[in-house]
Amino acid sequence: MTTTSQEPVVKPETGSMVTTERVLLVLALVALLIAPAFTSDFVVSFVLTQVMLLGVAAASLIFLAAYGGMVSLAQTLLFGVAGFTIGNAVTTGGSKGLNLGLDPWLGILLGITFTTILAFILGAVSSRSTGLYFLMITLTFGVIGFFFFGQVTTFSGFGGINQVRAPAVIGEPGQFPERLYYVAIGVSVFAFLLLRYVGRTPFGLALQGVRDDHVRMGSLGFNVWMHRTLAFTLAGFIASLGGVLFVWWNRQIDPASIGIGEILSLLIIAVIGGINRLEGAWVGAFVFVWVNNYVRDVPGLNQIGLTEARFNTIVGLIFLIIVLLSPDGLIGIGQRIVRLIAPKKGRTSQGPGSDSGSGSPETQEKRKLESNTEEEP
Amino acid sequence: MQWVALVGGWTVAAVLVAWVLVFANGTPAEPLLSEPRDFVKVLLNALTISGLYFIVASGFTLIFGLMRVVNLAHGSFFLLGGYLALEFQKTMVGKSRNILSDEVSVFAWVLPLVLAALIAGLIGLTMQQVFLRRFQGQDMRETLITIAISVILADLMVAWFGGTAVDISWPGLLDNAITVFDIRYSVTRLFMLGVAIVVGVALWAWLQKTRTGMVIRAGVDDNSMVQALGINVQLVFALAFFVGSALAAMGGVMGGSFASLGAGVDGQWLLNSIIVVIVGGMGSLTGALAGSLLLGTVTAFAPSYLPANFTHYSIIFTFVLLAAVLAWRPYGLFGKPE
Repeated sequence: MTTTSQEPVVKPETGSMVTTERVLLVLALVALLIAPAFTSDFVVSFVLTQVMLLGVAAASLIFLAAYGGMVSLAQTLLFGVAGFTIGNAVTTGGSKGLNLGLDPWLGILLGITFTTILAFILGAVSSRSTGLYFLMITLTFGVIGFFFFGQVTTFSGFGGINQVRAPAVIGEPGQFPERLYYVAIGVSVFAFLLLRYVGRTPFGLALQGVRDDHVRMGSLGFNVWMHRTLAFTLAGFIASLGGVLFVWWNRQIDPASIGIGEILSLLIIAVIGGINRLEGAWVGAFVFVWVNNYVRDVPGLNQIGLTEARFNTIVGLIFLIIVLLSPDGLIGIGQRIVRLIAPKKGRTSQGPGSDSGSGSPETQEKRKLESNTEEEP
Repeated sequence: MQWVALVGGWTVAAVLVAWVLVFANGTPAEPLLSEPRDFVKVLLNALTISGLYFIVASGFTLIFGLMRVVNLAHGSFFLLGGYLALEFQKTMVGKSRNILSDEVSVFAWVLPLVLAALIAGLIGLTMQQVFLRRFQGQDMRETLITIAISVILADLMVAWFGGTAVDISWPGLLDNAITVFDIRYSVTRLFMLGVAIVVGVALWAWLQKTRTGMVIRAGVDDNSMVQALGINVQLVFALAFFVGSALAAMGGVMGGSFASLGAGVDGQWLLNSIIVVIVGGMGSLTGALAGSLLLGTVTAFAPSYLPANFTHYSIIFTFVLLAAVLAWRPYGLFGKPE
């Protein structure tokens, strides 16, 4: 049975388990794991932990875009809903919201479950549309969510919910920055492996088929709408994990955390990193957080008026340049450099692919051949 | 299945009408049968705000219909137009703050509007020529570029015009109320509706009765065929982008006089435009009209006819409108499938 029309199945072509990509990923993970020994608590808490939790949220966006062809701007809302649910569930008073005072673990369960259910509903409403329509519909979900939490003081109000507790094992990030950091790494690895695994299951392959030609998949008997809706639900689940980390890390959540600026920031993170590959989420998050924290140290920028206060202008310019030059982001630029240096290596596995020509000429040739043979009855 | 949806839809509509007619006790407006004047006011509010929605959204839908570009910088042009007009008005009146409407002549309101619309139109045109033209056909990439521009513009506007909310003064001639049948209503809101009708009729005449309009309509239907006939489509694209951005700025001047200008207003009006065109159907002027009327009705009626304690839940009704239309027609009321 053929499930994909244009893209090859994503798996190593040789039997070898050791590929350049995997070596790089493991090296990056090791570097992140030992980082606290070499850097200050500030870097661990404010830079690296934030990179991890934004990366998880951006990975949910990239998963939908890369495997499903759905650029969703509702991920920030889902991220926030998980945070607001936990905030309402665990606080005991002295703050806006329901102040239910539940156990933090129960709060996590509620946050993730509720967000996943909401993702299913939003996915069901939006999944009949594609492309730019889908992008606009999910953007309206996100902005309506922002106004909802701002106006409905029962759940939050514009002031937001303060003093959200994490479970005692994790404690306060101010006191034990490493604990939350390692949890965030664990969640990131889990999210990455899960999304990559799902992309290779029959469901993931069918989803890629839907991305490439939904009419054809429909006539082959696949329920296109259901595939999209379930992919959106899964992405909502992953986004909620990011939201849980965020509310523990920030100890506070308010509507400004999910406003239109944050909605666009998440898209910017995904595009800067590379919207066709899951790894791009964390690369983009790293660049974003790094610029936010260290732009004042870059010589020359202050002289031309780009001070720290103009952070959004700088990020916007980086984003604009990336979109103009490399639609597959920094990962795409990296792949091109690797190919220049080592033309024979590092292409044993390609990402879930894109229409913007990622992949070496040979692979593209092969894709063409494959699709040609498929076209003949 | 079909008749379930039909019966369900009519039942919901009947319940809503009955609620507004008889049962809406304890709401800010009270039921129609006991307080008919409040109902007329809410209806007028709905119509006038729909007018403003239409002006802004018609520019958005014009650009999309012709070029398949979702201009997410549309809200930025709205806000920029408002700020520019405010600066012009300050210069003309000769005061930098606290301008009273008595000091503003009609000319000191209209000229800033025209100038702001022209400048915003030129900025939109520049954006299209410099950044979008080379990526024609790659619609997602074009959309990302407009997002980048909107992020940069939003930040620069905070830097230039500050973070606090400001507003443009209406001319003194308009800034009062009239009373008809014992109903007192603001003249500026009626004026807004009047401008919207003029803009709508002008756009309709331009698209239906002139040669340029014919080319634009042909371009919406089949772009490559128009090019093959030897018509300079690039010129038409440029014109559409100019007009679309100018309409956003015009809306911004009216919105800035009616409400206020400040950081975040751009996102709010981008949202309004998007909802209007999703509900009405992308690229259709009729759709923009229908979408504006529906959104205006929801935003005016929901807060007035919800029980007083639940007024702040009115935003949910915007979502319900969106979800209902998408479930029924995924491409909007007057939209065509891709």
